[in-house]
Parts: sequence; structure tokens; C-alpha cells
Amino acid sequence: MTPDPYLSMDMLRFTTAGSVDDGKSTLIGRLLLDTKSIFEDQLEAVERASQLRGEEYVDLALFTDGLRAEREQRITIDVAYRFFATPKRKFIIADTPGHIQYTRNMVTGASTAELAIILIDAQHGVITQSKRHGFIASLLQIPHVLVAVNKMDLVGYDQAVFQRIAADYTAFASKLSVPSLTFIPISALLGDNVVHRGENMPWYDGPSLLHHLENVSVGASRNLVDFRFPVQMAVRPNAGFRGFAGQIASGTIKPGEDVVVLPSGRSTRVRSIVTFGGELAEAAAGDSVMLTLEDEIDISRGDMIVRSGNLPQASAALQCTLCWMSEEPLNRRTPYILQHTTRQVRAHVDELTYRIDVDSLHREPAQTLTLNEIGRVRLVTTQPLFFDSYQINRATGNFVLIDPYSNNTVAAGMIRRADQELADLKVANFLEKSATLRSPNVVWERTAIGREQREQRHGHQAAVIWFTGLSGSGKSTVARLLERRLYDLGIETFYLDGDNVRHGLNGDLGFSAADRKENIRRVGEVAKLAFEHGHLALCTFISPFREDRRFARSLLPEGRFFEVYVKCDLEVAKRRDPKGLYAKALAGEIKEFTGVTSPYEEPEAPDLVVETDLISVEDAVEAIMAELATRGIIGSR
Amino acid sequence: MSNYLRTHLQQLEAEAIYVIRETVAQFERPVMLFSGGKDSIVMAYLAQRAFWPGKIPFPLMHIDTGHNFPETLEYRDWLVQHLGVQLVVASVQDSIDRGRAQEEPGHNPSRNTLQTVTLLDALAEHKFEAAMGGGRRDEEKARAKERFFSHRDRYGQWDPKNQRPELWSLYNGRKHPGEGFRVFPLSNWTEMDVWQYIRLNDIPIPGLYFSHPRNVLQRDGMWLAVSDVITPLPHEQVEHRIVRFRTIGDLTCTGAVESAASTLDEIILEVAAARITERGGRADDKRSEAAMEDRKKVGYF
Repeated sequence: MTPDPYLSMDMLRFTTAGSVDDGKSTLIGRLLLDTKSIFEDQLEAVERASQLRGEEYVDLALFTDGLRAEREQRITIDVAYRFFATPKRKFIIADTPGHIQYTRNMVTGASTAELAIILIDAQHGVITQSKRHGFIASLLQIPHVLVAVNKMDLVGYDQAVFQRIAADYTAFASKLSVPSLTFIPISALLGDNVVHRGENMPWYDGPSLLHHLENVSVGASRNLVDFRFPVQMAVRPNAGFRGFAGQIASGTIKPGEDVVVLPSGRSTRVRSIVTFGGELAEAAAGDSVMLTLEDEIDISRGDMIVRSGNLPQASAALQCTLCWMSEEPLNRRTPYILQHTTRQVRAHVDELTYRIDVDSLHREPAQTLTLNEIGRVRLVTTQPLFFDSYQINRATGNFVLIDPYSNNTVAAGMIRRADQELADLKVANFLEKSATLRSPNVVWERTAIGREQREQRHGHQAAVIWFTGLSGSGKSTVARLLERRLYDLGIETFYLDGDNVRHGLNGDLGFSAADRKENIRRVGEVAKLAFEHGHLALCTFISPFREDRRFARSLLPEGRFFEVYVKCDLEVAKRRDPKGLYAKALAGEIKEFTGVTSPYEEPEAPDLVVETDLISVEDAVEAIMAELATRGIIGSR
Repeated sequence: MSNYLRTHLQQLEAEAIYVIRETVAQFERPVMLFSGGKDSIVMAYLAQRAFWPGKIPFPLMHIDTGHNFPETLEYRDWLVQHLGVQLVVASVQDSIDRGRAQEEPGHNPSRNTLQTVTLLDALAEHKFEAAMGGGRRDEEKARAKERFFSHRDRYGQWDPKNQRPELWSLYNGRKHPGEGFRVFPLSNWTEMDVWQYIRLNDIPIPGLYFSHPRNVLQRDGMWLAVSDVITPLPHEQVEHRIVRFRTIGDLTCTGAVESAASTLDEIILEVAAARITERGGRADDKRSEAAMEDRKKVGYF
């Protein structure tokens, strides 16, 4: 029996990026040739093609430039996968073109890579494209970056050139998140330091490029802590067996461990881990297995099984980085299909916070994202996703967007975190919004108990107090203290807060003029329901537009709607900035922010004005109480 | 190797199983192509593993050129029994009889190109939406850019410039009615990986892969097996040699190599030392520099 070295070989997936003339294809050709992964017939074909072009040397790049269009244009236009192996390790190269228009391909290649080789031409030093490659490696969280300073033969194998490039690139990379950065001086054409060390650079005492590839630690991008099992399908060959098939995205699992099924939240225990080769005592990230559970729970594709006590985040509003991959630009009105693990939900881009210039790394305002552009967005989904941030868990922090009309994959996304302002959002039914606005067949159902009866029992009249004013003017502060006072007096209050309704009732709305209008319309209707039930409703909303406030007022009888203008100087509000929103708005991170980029229309005839930059909260509350008593809403004390 | 590190074969197996399951989950009518070659054999075994202890939830389909090695048909029939899977056979001869395809002129014509017609007709007839194939990216340059989920238009055509980006392990199988997908679970495997996997898992393979004596003749720089469809021309010499096959396709275009490798270990050693690709033994790829790309564009596997 011969020894079987392949029984202990592992695997490294890496990506290569370089500009047209950096010699990337030559490097790959060299790796394949020197590891004997190129065969005679391939070599002959390339020699034939090189001769036809009248070239002196065998053009190693011809090994990798596969498609005819590429051979004609002499450029690589798509991600190509190459393979080679040494007795220690199998390698999968995602060979990606380096031109600016191919950010899409670099991101694709980087998505599965554990190492990135960035090629720099020793003659030109660190150029914009080398930085872009580093940025993308950092964005996609590739654990190892190897900078190959190529064409050392053309700079006389000068150590100073190599050191300067290494210093320049290290300075640049310090601004990124690159956990491990290695520099190797090479000549891909002549083979120096590619597979063997060679004689030409005695001053270099590090490993050859292949030696580094063979010895770098693999599996560094796997998360072995957080058990996440996205269910691909249920398998029930007979009544006695119910298994859930999937590939473990992260973490490890053993039979007997307590798990929770999302989204149902049902708890159970793993009974067995089934594979063709027998049941396993433990399985880990990357394994394709079938789980059976102790309890009969309804589980289907798209559900996620996780360990009890270690739940992923759940949210329908996400802060993400998007890389746009389609000729069709991002359309904020399109209900895209978001594919995340084994799950598909509808999603739309609620807010484009900024675009990142991949060359300067500057953030800039943008109306849309076009092919190869990268930006920060807020996404809102129709159902909550179960995820971890990409930084913590690559496997559950990634997604793609699919165009619902063309079915093309149009964007790659990395989740940064749940959107804090909409953290507990339940379901954003923006798709059905327009359909449900008008329901002609629904008649108003009068409650059997009239408002007057309720008012009598409550001992006060029903009304709506509408607080309007800039963000940070003190609306909520005043209203909360007011409610406390009213509550203490035994008054039935009902508090509607701008931030709170956006978590739930209005979680599908953004901050455009149209959405703000809809926001106020819904709140007005809810306030009216509370009013009809005899309550004193306190509503705190910026509600910057007169027309919207007029609409809310129109829902109620004369004398029962009190518009309180909580007035505060804009500069004071900015200084207070209790939620840090002005800072974000001024930094361009929030679009359409009242007082910064969106107008506030002062009330022309408010029922009351409280100037919180001039009087205390207590005084403001007293003023409102007095007004309510004067109008006969509450009894005078 | 620590508890949580996996060998390259374990990782490739897990990936292929994931892709096969995704195909079943995303398409109502998937099918797996079976050519009789080692790649499609390994793929069928992976399908068994993907749904175990359940049965393989789709049929195998064989595009029968009528130019098969008898050993291939024998193995095929044994395998479908062994795996308990349904078999669909689509015949190139039927396509010729129905006037859908025309035999190429010349002596001992190959039906390799005609297969495409039969394949597309069979996919349409059975309304198969996704056809899994054993294609690997290492086989040929045009395959190096192939996706796991490869979109085909309503004419079965592949547009290399209009393929969907594939990131992480997210495979987008959404399509319009009439369109289809080719799925390649073994995309990241090499010839060597396939042999090592066969060896590691004791997967039975047809005897054609092991060295055996056979009557062959030399044509276009290849050793072809003498049979009903490969008959010697006056100037050709039939020789009795010890050969084996590195790939198995149609009798008319699969070349034998002289070899004494009679066990899997010997084959693995031979593949490791080989200086010519396995497709180097196939006449169909030699027609032009971009032969494979052209055939894929019109719907070839």
C-alpha cells in the first residue's frame, strides 16, 4: 500500500489582483508551470499561440487568459479559477482582473478567499490600483494579504526599491483592517522567489511565495464559536426519520446540545448528526450534514438552527456595505430579492448614506450606485433576517441582491449591524402599502360605548396634544414630564412618540417628504382612535410640514386638537443633539434631516408656544397644564 | 490535523453536497447527467450522500450517442440499481431518425456535437429546469470561468459575458420561464481530486479505467478502440496493446493511453506524473483553439 499524502492535505483559496501589466497572469503561469500543474499539451498550445503572435518568450499569461475575447484583447475580463497542489496543500486561485471597471470581479474573487496576493510593479511602486486592491481585501475581510513586489529583475534586484514599496504600502494599509501583511520581492518572469528562492536577491531572507502559500494558517476566516445552521431542506424518507440538511455556516455542534430554531423561537435538542458515513460525535463549520432533533418542530428551508444562549441578531433594518455589480444602477424604489444564507426576502434600499471612492477612500454623497461602486446603505427587509455582522462571521454576514425583473445578481452586501433607529422593526410591509391605503369595503365600526360615556367615567375630556418642533428641541422631554403629571392626576393618557412608531407601526417609512407625510397620516389616525376612546393623546413628532399638521388637526373636532410648538433655536438644538443625529446629518450620513437639509415650517397659529431654550421643562409643563385647564379639558386643580 | 480542520477532499465533498442540495431546493425539476465517466460517477455518489438516508430525489439522464463502450452501459445499469435512482435515456439515434440532427460526413463520424441537440430536446421534453453535470473548471480554459449555477437562455445557450456573479456560497437560481441552468457541483475538483476521492471511498468504477489488453488503432494522434463504430481504414494498423482510458466518452473520440496502471493507487501515481491533460486525449477539443468555448455557447455541456 502506497502512502496517501492526500489524506492530510488541506486547502487554501486565494485571490490575485493586479493591473494589466503587473505580471499577474505571468505569476500564475509560473506557479502552475513550476508546480508541474501545466501539462505538455497546454504548453504546446501556448507555445503555438506565442509563435503566431511573433513573441520571443513563451507568454505564460496565455495559460490563464481563457476566453477568446480575452485572448484577442489581451486582458482578463472575468474571474477565472485555477488549481494546483503541492504534497501539503491544494490551492484554488480566484484570478481576478485589476482594472477599475472590474471591482465587481475582485469582490467576487475575494468573497471566498483566505489570502490575497496583491501585485505591485517594482518599477512603478504603489499606485492607485494597488491601494484599491488592498481596500477590497480589507472590505471583504480577507485574513492574509501578501504583497508581491514583481519585476525585481527590471530594477536590478535593488533592495532599496523593495523596502521603499513595503514602507509605502504598510503606511497605506494601516488605515485599513488587514490582520496580516507580508511582502515578498519576486520576478514572475524569471521565477525568482516564486517557487524557489533563487540567487538574485541574497539580501532577502524570507520565504518564497509558494512557501508562504503552503504555510500560512488556513481556516482563519472561519468562525468556530457561533453555531449557525441555515436549513437547506427537510428530508423525510419515511415517517420515522426527519432530518434537516444543511452546511454548518459557523461554530460547532454535538448531539445532545440545546438549540433554538429561528424564526419560530422553538427550543429543542440535537438528537443526531447524520451523514452517509455514519453519525458524527461533533460537526463544525463547513461540514454538510443532516441534523435530527428531539422534538417535532415545523422547520423548513430558510430557517436557522442556532445554539441556545448564542443567538444571532434579528432585524429587518440593516446597515450594510453594498458593492454594485450590475449595469442597471441601484433603484431605491425596486423591491429587490435579498438572498441571505438559504433564505430569500424582499428588501429595498431605504437610505444611501454615502458612496466610497475606492481610490481615495473618501466618502461622498450619492443619489445612486452604479456598476463597480461601493456604498453604505440602510436596507429594510419585509421579514427580519437572522445574521451576525460580517466582521464577526463572514458566513452569516453576507448577502446578495437580485433584481426581481431580470433575476440577475446585482449587488453583494456585507452587514455591518442592525439599524439602531429601527432596531425592533417587525415587518415592513412597504410592498403592500399602496394596496392597503384605500379599502372601500371597510365601513367605520362605531364602538358600542360612546366617547362621551368614556369621558364621563374618566373625569376629563378627550383631546390630542400635538408637539411639533426641531429634533432636539425638547418635545419628548416636555411630553414625558407632562404625561407623568397627568397620570398622577388619574388622567387616561396615550403617548405616541416619533421614534417609537418608526420601530414598528411606521417601520417601513423613510424620511422623504412623501414618507414623512404618510408617517404623520398614520399617527394622526392612531391619535384619533385614542381620542375616540376617551384618552388624552400626547404626540411628539417633528412634523415639519404645515400641511401634514393641518391634516392631523382635520381628523378631530374643533377645540380638541392642541398644537404645541416646542420652540428652540436651531443652534441650541444642534448643540444638544441628544441622539447624535445632527452630527450625522452634517457629516452627510443622514439625508433629508430637518433643520439641516430639509426645512421646518413654523406653525402659523399654534395653540401654545413653549420656548425650551428660554424656560425650564417644569415651566413648560406648567404652561401646558394651565392651558388644558383653561380650555376645560382637565379640571382645574 | 486539529478537530476542526478539514482536508481538501472533505471540503470539496461538503461543497458539492451543498450545491446538489441547493439545486434540489431551488428547482422543481432537476436532473443529473450521467455520461459513464468517472466525474459523473462521483457526482452520483455525492448525490446519494447529500440526501442519505433519503433517496436521490431526481433522475439520472444519459445522453446515449449509440457509440458507447459496452462496459459503460453495463456499469450504468448496475449503478442506477445500486443507488435506487430513476434513469432517463435520451438517444442521439432518435434525434437523427426524427431529422433533428444529421450524422457528420466521413469515415467513423463522431456524434459528439450531435449530443447537444439531443440534450436540449430531452431537457425540453421532460421540462428539466436544471441539469447537473460533472464538468470541472480545471478541464479546459473555457471552463475556468464557469459558475456553479450557469445560466442558459431559452435556447440553451451560454453567454460568457453575461453570467451572474457568484459570491460566498450564494447561488442564484432564479429564472424566467423557459430558461434553464447547468449546475456543476464538481467545479473546484481537479482530475487528481476525483481519483483520490474514488480511492478514499472505494467507489467502484468501470474496468475501462484500469489497464487491459485491447485492439486499438492510431488515428489523429490518438489510440482509438476498435469497435463497430471505429473500423480501420486501409492504411491503418490494428494493434493489440495494454491500455486504459483517462476519460470515458464516446467511442469515436475517447483516446486510450498505454498504461500498466491496474489499481487506483497506480492510477493516482500515473496521474501525478502525467505530462498531458486528460482532455489531451480527446479529439473534440483539438478542432480549434477555442473549440470548447464554441461548443458551450451553443449548449454543449
